[in-house]
Amino acid sequence: MQDFAQHLINGISLGSIYALIALGYTMVYGILKMINFAHSDVYMVGAFGAYYVARALGIEAQPGIGSLAVLLISSMVVCSVLGLLIERLAYRPLRTAPKLNILITAIGVSLLLEYGGQVVFGADPKVFPEVMKDFVIFSFGNVELKSFDLTVLLVSVIAMMALQFMLYKTKLGKAMRAVSANPSVASLMGINPDKIIAFTFIVGSALAGVGSVLVGMKYPKIDPLMGMMIGMKAFVAAVLGGIGNVRGAVLGALIMGLSEEMVVAYLSSTYRDALAFGILIVILIFKPAGLLGKYTVEKV
Amino acid sequence: MRALKNPLLSLVATLILGLVFQFGFDEYIQLMVLFVTVNCLMAMSLNLVNGYTGQFSLGHAGFMAIGAYFTAYASVNWNFLPEQFQGITFFVFAIGSGLAAALAGFLVGLPSLRLKGDYLAIVTLGFGEIIRVALLNMDFLGGPRGFANIPGFSSFYMSYAFAVLWILICFFTIWRVMRSSWGRGFLSVREDEIAAESTGINTTGMKVRAFVLSSFFAGVAGALFAHFTNFINPSSFTFLQSVNAVIMVVLGGMGSMTGSIIAAIFVTALPEALRPLQEVTGVDLRMVIYSLSLVLVMILRPKGIMGELEITDLWRKYVRRSAGS
Repeated sequence: MQDFAQHLINGISLGSIYALIALGYTMVYGILKMINFAHSDVYMVGAFGAYYVARALGIEAQPGIGSLAVLLISSMVVCSVLGLLIERLAYRPLRTAPKLNILITAIGVSLLLEYGGQVVFGADPKVFPEVMKDFVIFSFGNVELKSFDLTVLLVSVIAMMALQFMLYKTKLGKAMRAVSANPSVASLMGINPDKIIAFTFIVGSALAGVGSVLVGMKYPKIDPLMGMMIGMKAFVAAVLGGIGNVRGAVLGALIMGLSEEMVVAYLSSTYRDALAFGILIVILIFKPAGLLGKYTVEKV
Repeated sequence: MRALKNPLLSLVATLILGLVFQFGFDEYIQLMVLFVTVNCLMAMSLNLVNGYTGQFSLGHAGFMAIGAYFTAYASVNWNFLPEQFQGITFFVFAIGSGLAAALAGFLVGLPSLRLKGDYLAIVTLGFGEIIRVALLNMDFLGGPRGFANIPGFSSFYMSYAFAVLWILICFFTIWRVMRSSWGRGFLSVREDEIAAESTGINTTGMKVRAFVLSSFFAGVAGALFAHFTNFINPSSFTFLQSVNAVIMVVLGGMGSMTGSIIAAIFVTALPEALRPLQEVTGVDLRMVIYSLSLVLVMILRPKGIMGELEITDLWRKYVRRSAGS
């Protein structure tokens, strides 16, 4: 029972990281109807951005909340700029192209970032600087709530609440939802869809940046291929909850995080990577629109 | 016999080309030629799904893995003919590999081909990964250690002839299928699925047929790969291998068989040509250049280098133009 509670804490902490990345996928899908395969690599670049900023400012000497904030902001800036660039250079020229071409471009951009990252940052893993001290806040028998888990949870909840506020309470969020519903009608209403799409990329990438610092804090080993697997899982989480649906992405990510933790704990860790896809396939066969998604019929 | 004229002529021509490689070049280049043939087979078979049927599959390496492991296991454990008839044994095993992969393709395709576009891509990717993870956990196939000492052909020329035979079988099968009613069905699914469905085509059935045929040849490609390298392990068949096949299809032109062949040659030869550059910079630039070219081709020439044309079409166009002027 105590083991179970501990796994529950770990799973929720992992799930909230997945949620931050899944939100980026789901937002871009909601607005452009494309899988942004490069999203997980934006996240990787964010982790490296934070790493180099930390080294340049000498932050590893003074762990604490302040340095966490600095790293979060710098990683968010790096990611947003990169997301904007990708949208501008790779996706915008293909706005009217067939879906297959856009998908292939996304894979191309993803590979470019991964292997370009190996050229620029070097292929060997690097150790992420210690942003905060890890200590036990609360313990009950064998169950321990560590400060990392709490920070991860808090930061991601704050980020998600900010996103929720922006989407439903601001003009910009309204415009985003309008473009997502119908870009051409939205542009008749005086919204510039290109600007809104660019903004969506900025927001999604910034969330990935937050996720990258949190992961770097919890699992302090970063390398240029780190985005591959976590990106797949986050994407599966987004599909699981119903892609294009913000709440669905969070729900899916929590399910993913918990089930992965449980599989590792009670079955075998070798099946960990297959699990995500197993869940995905079952969901897509029985409920193609995801748990919270609406099924739409395609009209001629 | 008339239907066999073109295949037989190409077989003779490519076998003569093989003689050139046998006597004109060293072993390193000969190995490259063998890898080109494997990649050709992969690209052509994927072209049937990606190019002709318009369904995006990212799990091709999984089918290749099934084929490779089937051949590896069979040729180590079930030798039913003496050594001299190795070619026949391997041919039978290659068919077996193809059938095993085709069965997997059927099982994967039937549920997942009801999905469209992006979802299909991600589900096939998932199946590719699941096959890989399953192989990692199968101890009688070597698990993560891999499968070593797979018997191969004794000489380069035998391997080459075997590969060429399969390439021609693949090429002309797809060629004939694309000119049959099935082929029209595949193309109609690509052009407009809803319209195809409303004219009474069983679109899921068409997609499954394309998928099964494609995985058959991917399995054969895996069998060739296993014989040529004599060693396979699950990490030879990752997501990257699938992407590699996609790159070849896209670069060559989606819906062009000869385009796939050209791209397979190009993509296999490029890293070797880049080797001096790699020594200067000290890192693997191959994937950077691949991915950059993938993005650029998609933006500048969305249909790939050849588009939907074959080499013969280009030749005919040229003749017509010069006759007209």
